[in-house]
Amino acid sequence: MSGTEFNWSTFFAMGGYAVFVWTSYGLTAVILALNVILPLRQRKHIIRRVKRAVRREQLRAENKQVTL
Amino acid sequence: MLRAFYHVLLRDLRLALRSRHELLNPLIFFVLVVSLFPLAVTPSETQLQQMAPGVIWVSALLSVLLSLDRLFKQDYEDGSLDQLMLSPNPLVILVLAKVCAHWLLTGLPLVLIAPLLAVFMSVPDAALPALLYSLLLGTPVLSLIGAIGVSLTVAVNRGGVLLSLIVLPLYIPVLIFGANAIDVASDGMSVRGQLLFLGAVLALAVSLAPIATAVALRITASR
Amino acid sequence: MFRAIWAWIQKFSSPKYFFEMSARLIPWFAIPAALVGAYGLYLGLFVAPTDYQQGESYRIIFIHVPAAWMSLFIYVVMAVSAAIGLIWQIRLADMIAAASAPIGASFTFLALVTGSLWGKPMWGTYWVWDARLTSELILLFLYFGYMALQSAIEDQRTADKASGLLAIVGVVNIPIIHYSVEWWNTLHQGATVAKLDKPSIDISMLIPLLLMALAFKLFYAAVVLVRARNEVLLRDRSRRWVRELIEKL
Repeated sequence: MSGTEFNWSTFFAMGGYAVFVWTSYGLTAVILALNVILPLRQRKHIIRRVKRAVRREQLRAENKQVTL
Repeated sequence: MLRAFYHVLLRDLRLALRSRHELLNPLIFFVLVVSLFPLAVTPSETQLQQMAPGVIWVSALLSVLLSLDRLFKQDYEDGSLDQLMLSPNPLVILVLAKVCAHWLLTGLPLVLIAPLLAVFMSVPDAALPALLYSLLLGTPVLSLIGAIGVSLTVAVNRGGVLLSLIVLPLYIPVLIFGANAIDVASDGMSVRGQLLFLGAVLALAVSLAPIATAVALRITASR
Repeated sequence: MFRAIWAWIQKFSSPKYFFEMSARLIPWFAIPAALVGAYGLYLGLFVAPTDYQQGESYRIIFIHVPAAWMSLFIYVVMAVSAAIGLIWQIRLADMIAAASAPIGASFTFLALVTGSLWGKPMWGTYWVWDARLTSELILLFLYFGYMALQSAIEDQRTADKASGLLAIVGVVNIPIIHYSVEWWNTLHQGATVAKLDKPSIDISMLIPLLLMALAFKLFYAAVVLVRARNEVLLRDRSRRWVRELIEKL
């Protein structure tokens, strides 16, 4: 980028180091994204699990009332 | 307090002497692993000499690691660990006694057999004192740090791999300086710095590791 | 006086209070993280000049160095909150520690991979036993040990305390490990291997570097809160307030 004019293809070429630079930045993007996605998925999973447990307990309580 | 220390120490020694083969196993393992390297790499004397410090130290590390389970596992399973924790004596002292016993039963034999391995690996005679001193200062640290690891994993079933995952990274400084002491001594240079470092690490480990171990036992082993 | 402070701490460290509060806090970290990160990337990729020695490959440092800082920073945060959890029996601190570990491990991994990608043009190989890469590798093992212990012990309270103690032992050891690796490295440093020194850095490169470091820290703050909220839900799942809350979600 020494010239006055900005050129996208020289920018992406990274002076011949494109593979290393863009792999690094790409991997960073992936890892940051995973750090957001995984906890959100875990959250859904936990909520579903707790809801199921609550329902099971309610069912059991109702069954007890029936049998008693 | 001192009496409690001796009591635990003697008890562990006596128990271990009763099952002698178990006592020999880490030692045989140590010799066996070291003698694999000439077979795997080369019997050439100069190359063996180059590898020797690393090979001896890594093997010592592994055989201490394998013997760590003995430190608390059996006591945990038969309930005598609970009694130790209930005793009015400070747990730190009792832990220290157990670690001492462990070192006398595994670390010290390793030091004593090391000259034989030095011959196997064609370590020059000039490096023998460095080999012995570095093992003498380093192996107690391995027992002390290992005790923390065992006490954290004592209630975990099949915690063997977990134990090595926890303990091995913490062994790295001892490995670096221990192996380097032998290496430098083979070149005929002074190893004072390396031994002083090992001594400093030992002092640190003696004063802190039993506390961490006692805390860990209170966390994991109380039922 | 002390009792008042203690009561205050107890109030703010109750998982329920934290759960309500953190929901409001997260955007305050997440949005600045995105803005600062975007500006840092702009400066780092478009404005900062080409390095006269390393060419364009040096632009990897804008993520490598902040990631390496984060790997250590998060471990220290983890150990400090584990200590708080152990000493004052504050459960929230344990949850923060547990939530930090996977994030810290991912930053350590990132620092390792970007470090070797940065090193390849200079060393000619992807891996060299360079002091900093080796330290990062050991740090990654320390994170794995913490996470393995945390998941191996079934009882959650015991797992928190035991792995917390391990984190503290680790943090005491880190300077010793770091020093010995550094020392080991100077011994074995071959003449052919170019050392990965911190480049004497120009201000136009330093500013994007610091901005990226700040963005990573803000990102961590946001993500650790999200994860800690999960830990709260998981650990308090049989308490009534969690059940009532979850029915509404």
